[in-house]
Amino acid sequence: MEMNRRQFVGTGVGAAAAITLLPGMASAALVDDAINAFTGGAEAGSDGITLIAPEIAENGNTVPIEVDAPGAEAIIVLAAGNPNPGVATFNFGPASGAQAASTRIRLAGEQDVIAIARMPDGTFRRAQQEVKVTIGGCGG
Amino acid sequence: MADNVTPRVRVPREASAGDVVSIRTLISHPMESGQRRDGDGNVIPRSIINRFTCDFNGENVIDVTMEPSISTNPYFQFSAVVNETGTFNFTWYDDDGSVYEETADITVA
Repeated sequence: MEMNRRQFVGTGVGAAAAITLLPGMASAALVDDAINAFTGGAEAGSDGITLIAPEIAENGNTVPIEVDAPGAEAIIVLAAGNPNPGVATFNFGPASGAQAASTRIRLAGEQDVIAIARMPDGTFRRAQQEVKVTIGGCGG
Repeated sequence: MADNVTPRVRVPREASAGDVVSIRTLISHPMESGQRRDGDGNVIPRSIINRFTCDFNGENVIDVTMEPSISTNPYFQFSAVVNETGTFNFTWYDDDGSVYEETADITVA
């Protein structure tokens, strides 16, 4: 696409404005609230939990993720940059074969995906990965 | 109200006692996140499946609370321990009160 300098500068300003004005992005406080609601404010270790997410997602509408925390009672997944950071909470029952699950999630843009596992002894494990998104989800 | 909601599950037909089997589920559903706007700029209200459960012979395998960041056509893969022949019951709960159910049998030798 041919573009002169004036058009180029204009596009850049427009894009910057669009990024700053993206509506409804989650504030860090919302993410902290969601984490505290799950952990009760307890510190989380980083061993014993695996979060698999792509480094680059071409389509933010369907990003495959996988969580695995052997022995966990429950795993919560949060998307720190979505308007509503909550993604899902997996509760594992007595017939579960492994405390692991895969699903597909929406990401509004480049952001951290966070997984926190609650262990039977009351401790928590946390994993986090940044995902770059080419086309944002959430219909923004 | 979501139309054409079709649950699909994939479970092995047979297993040995004590095996860990892999289960895949997918349910077609638009999962309206409550963030999108229609052509007139009005917010389209949230309408998602908010919970999914899987039980085997009455014992819980997994119970998932879902929020709007789950993709359209929610997909889950997880595993279960099977010690006996039985039936998996899958249940999805919609915001609109609908409940979708599916079952799958497994023979344990």
